[in-house]
Amino acid sequence: MKFYGYRRPDGRVGVRNKILILPASMCSSDVCRIVASRVEGAVSFNNQVGCAQVPSDAKLAMSMMSGMAANPNIYGTILIGLGCETCQVADIAAIIHQRTNKPLRMMTIQGEGGTLRTVEKAVRWAKEMVKESSMLQKEEFPISELVLATECGGSDPTSGLVANPVIGNMSDKLVGMGGTSILSETTEFVGAEHILAARAKDERVHQRILDIVARYERHFVVNGENVRDGNPTPGNKDGGLTTLEEKSLGCIHKGGESIIQEVFDYGEQVTCKGLVIMDTPGNDSSSLAGMAAGGAQVAVFSTGRGTALGNAIMPTIKITANRETYQNMSDDIDFDASGAIFDGVSIDQLGDDLLKLVVDTASGRFTNAEILGYNETSTMRACNFV
Amino acid sequence: MKSNALIITPNDDVVVAITALKAGDEVTYMCQDKQESFSAVTDVPRYHKIAVHDIPCGSVVKKYNQIIGAATKDIRKGEHVHVHNLDSLNKVQGK
Repeated sequence: MKFYGYRRPDGRVGVRNKILILPASMCSSDVCRIVASRVEGAVSFNNQVGCAQVPSDAKLAMSMMSGMAANPNIYGTILIGLGCETCQVADIAAIIHQRTNKPLRMMTIQGEGGTLRTVEKAVRWAKEMVKESSMLQKEEFPISELVLATECGGSDPTSGLVANPVIGNMSDKLVGMGGTSILSETTEFVGAEHILAARAKDERVHQRILDIVARYERHFVVNGENVRDGNPTPGNKDGGLTTLEEKSLGCIHKGGESIIQEVFDYGEQVTCKGLVIMDTPGNDSSSLAGMAAGGAQVAVFSTGRGTALGNAIMPTIKITANRETYQNMSDDIDFDASGAIFDGVSIDQLGDDLLKLVVDTASGRFTNAEILGYNETSTMRACNFV
Repeated sequence: MKSNALIITPNDDVVVAITALKAGDEVTYMCQDKQESFSAVTDVPRYHKIAVHDIPCGSVVKKYNQIIGAATKDIRKGEHVHVHNLDSLNKVQGK
């Protein structure tokens, strides 16, 4: 299978061709929003981190920011800081340069002399960059160039019953054709980590899977909390999920049955093929941002209760197997898998259909979240989200 | 009779209702090509769990042939299984 994408100078392949107006911290997020709103083809997001962070926390923030800039869906980046924040633009730029050689320009609001001067200069730079990006022609690439993010949120029992197994079936097919699929949400490995560890490529990856779950549990214990008290959420419970273990056992179906090749840190660049794990929180926007930073070009996101979420730079396909939810939120949800519950449609057939939608989306078909302008983004913290 | 519940593996202690059920309704599902049936003894919302046999308080409860928690009360066959009678094993054991 093939898709149409954009070749980047670093050798990677994008499925969109956007200019990223990247805020170095919350203090420059509004300016970035204003700049992006003035330039067709530019995107930005509200960065809730970037300042007053301890080193381990700042490292996660900079990994997310640099990865968003390096994501192949981005042609080039204009990085804007306030000037005095923890995550300095020069430091973020240094990490971006380690990951990619794509166009990058930067400035600070303090350095430019305030909001209006910054906006004017950044809009001019963004205009030039968009003009350059618009000259790029799409080319055909094998599906093995795809890095797929998988996510589940607003889960209910239909997620583990059908929607996640459909994603897993599709993921196995993608992996079989040489592509890459990322299983995420360490929170939702709790109680199911033994099943994943048994599928690890080797002893090192086996131990890494157990270690990231144990570390997660410890984070909560030292704060006098139990991770199970924050998850499942009230909506998960209304839908019929009782315990975190039940939710986890449904969640991990997104990884299908493939061998797990590697475990990546949050936002780290994914550098190998096949099924991999990224250590992300269960918080959906934060988990998606980590995988986008890791280089995923497309996300598939299952939901039971219904979610509207997308991502600023990564087209996000939403799927549900809850027929009532699909009918209720068809403006937001892209794929109805409920036929497996009510009409005897096979998981394998739905996996084929979903793979086709992934390839079509990679080639340019818009997702509902893109059309509706979703760009919610949050970042994993050293003291983590549930 | 058309199924109104699904079992994920034959070893599971619960089925998933795919329609809302009232106490007294017949719960019908296919297990290894064989139709199984019993009466619901409580109301069960759509997509929630129903015990397929009696589960004594403290016993582990399986779905996906894996432990999803332990019973915090005696659960009768046909009863709705949820937060009122099931919790994480980790919490039941007070770890």
